[in-house]
Amino acid sequence: MKKILVVGAGSAIAEATARLFAQRGDALFLVGRKADVLESMCADLRVRGASAVGMHVMDANDFNGHEAMLNDAEGSLGGLDTVLIAHGTLSDQKACESSVELTLRELNTNGVSVVALLTRVAARFEQRKAGTIVVISSVAGDRGRQSNYVYGSAKALVTAFTSGLRQRLYASGVTVVTIKPGFVDTPMTAAFPKGALWAKPQQIANGIVGAVDRSSATVLYLPAFWQLIMLIIRSIPEAIFRKLKL
Amino acid sequence: MTVPTFSSWAFTSWGNVIRKPHEIAPLPSRHAAFPAVPSQTSVLPYGNGRSYGDSCLNVGAALIPTRALDRFIALDAASGIVTCEAGILLDEMFRVIMPAGWFVPVTPGTRFVTLGGAIANDVHGKNHHAVGTIGRHLVRFELLRSDGQRLICSPTQNPDWFSATIGGLGLTGVITWAQLQLRPIAGPHMSVETIRFANLDEFLQLQSESDRDFEYTVAWVDCLGTGSQLGRGWLERANHSTAPTPVQHAQSRGLNVPFAPPFSLVNAASLRLFNTLYYHRPRARHSDRWFESFFYPLDSIGNWNRLYGPRGLYQYQCVIPDAAGREGTAALLEAIARSGQGSFLAVLKAFGALESPGMLSFPRKGITLALDFPNRGQSLERLFVELDAIVRATGGRLYPAKDGRMPPELFREGFPRWREFTQFIDPRCSSSFWRRVMDGA
Repeated sequence: MKKILVVGAGSAIAEATARLFAQRGDALFLVGRKADVLESMCADLRVRGASAVGMHVMDANDFNGHEAMLNDAEGSLGGLDTVLIAHGTLSDQKACESSVELTLRELNTNGVSVVALLTRVAARFEQRKAGTIVVISSVAGDRGRQSNYVYGSAKALVTAFTSGLRQRLYASGVTVVTIKPGFVDTPMTAAFPKGALWAKPQQIANGIVGAVDRSSATVLYLPAFWQLIMLIIRSIPEAIFRKLKL
Repeated sequence: MTVPTFSSWAFTSWGNVIRKPHEIAPLPSRHAAFPAVPSQTSVLPYGNGRSYGDSCLNVGAALIPTRALDRFIALDAASGIVTCEAGILLDEMFRVIMPAGWFVPVTPGTRFVTLGGAIANDVHGKNHHAVGTIGRHLVRFELLRSDGQRLICSPTQNPDWFSATIGGLGLTGVITWAQLQLRPIAGPHMSVETIRFANLDEFLQLQSESDRDFEYTVAWVDCLGTGSQLGRGWLERANHSTAPTPVQHAQSRGLNVPFAPPFSLVNAASLRLFNTLYYHRPRARHSDRWFESFFYPLDSIGNWNRLYGPRGLYQYQCVIPDAAGREGTAALLEAIARSGQGSFLAVLKAFGALESPGMLSFPRKGITLALDFPNRGQSLERLFVELDAIVRATGGRLYPAKDGRMPPELFREGFPRWREFTQFIDPRCSSSFWRRVMDGA
């Protein structure tokens, strides 16, 4: 039985993943902004088989609240061995372009707050020489594109930070997994027309649970074909890329 | 938080005849307010789109998709009462309730329906003669109205809203969650007997013998049989197996039809071949079957509706009241056999006398016949008109969940409580089906 902290529990990917853990009898601690959502998730996960469920209402941008939340999680679960960081917002790129304030807020939510959390979690796990940290980044972080480079650059921060953290913690036996989902059909993307590239949150969740079980300290594109797509996108020369409407 | 509406082509019904865009008004959680849409736009809750015709569609207006409401709220493992959000699929429910020793009291022929959809169509199953429709097993549910009211409905609390919403086709508001009394099972297997019958009389005889000792009965009938072979087929009768075996759900769903072929694979030649072979194939009388293969044979082929080609399919499901049961059913089968149209799976079942609380509930004591037809336009409609006349003459009715074309008068004659029902319709709710059957009323 694992003791799992889920930050951004209300996201579709996090909820699908939490359900898979619950079905196996793992213990879960949920963190999110909305108390009513967390409460209904707790009840749901209990029915699905979670051995214990706890919750903590927090805005990830409240950096000063992170330490208290981690203490609450460890106290509630009686320890902690797995952390899934899944919170985020899909930035409105157009609105960001005319608002410094919004741009900085999006960077905080999707990038800086993740770094702040990771720094605290890493310190705890490194000391114990055990633990698994799974972070949801995005294919959008692989290369900035005009359609969503604010979100993309926040995710690039997460990708680079987790890459370095993975190296640092490898010696301590702490596993850091960077998940890069492609297009996922969630409430966040409800308004987009869906094609063959779109995955269901359940598919991403299966990949995440598999990575936790294998303890594979790595970068994981989900679904896997995104690795190839992003390889191509990254290798387009800048002289061509700058003209593309991506 | 206000969730913006958007337009989508992704919402169709199972028959695939109507492919039109809908405005989408999301309902992100069961706690969320009734979605705001422009005042001239009507809305309709949309579950998993397994209704066949236009009862789950609202062309030219908006849908409220409910699949996101898929959380459990509570499961009382001792009493077998499950409480969950209305967008959960029966299939998802099974993965939790079956290992705990429970099964739904009533299931339709696919497990990919939402609980809310099952209530809104007051679904019946192969055990209708034993337990009635799903509406009889509901403890309570919450109805969210467009004026923001949340009505808890049960047989004793807001009983008129309870009655209007069961079988109410989503028109009374959004069912956000429901509480259902489950039935205990020893394990996931079914103990099944399969018996061939040579004609309609033999079917009726077998059916009445079987109803006493078997919770589930259903028959497949060769829709091309005529004369002395009219109404020949196979009867399946079953009870839940008493052998306690662990529940092991398969990970994948198996076969899938990835896209619609350019024409219907269900045609006169394939139909005759299938029906003849199926009738004559030897089958063991007794078998022990995994519940999915007994209840949901078609679910094993994902998107089987695509086999009917790009023009889609119609299902015709009617009930002939008991008094006219034999003659009415014979007349229907004769007309269908004469037309040469029909489906691989024509289903015959005797409904019992247990009444549903639902105002517009479809089942009543009598015989129900259900067939799928490839959409052939006018020639199919001619057959339907012929079948309508038979149904009408017997005082029978058609199942709105399956219908995409019945004349308004047939609906209003078949469901005489429609006028009483209209006072419970939410002022913001409408559907393509409802506008169609209310035409001229």
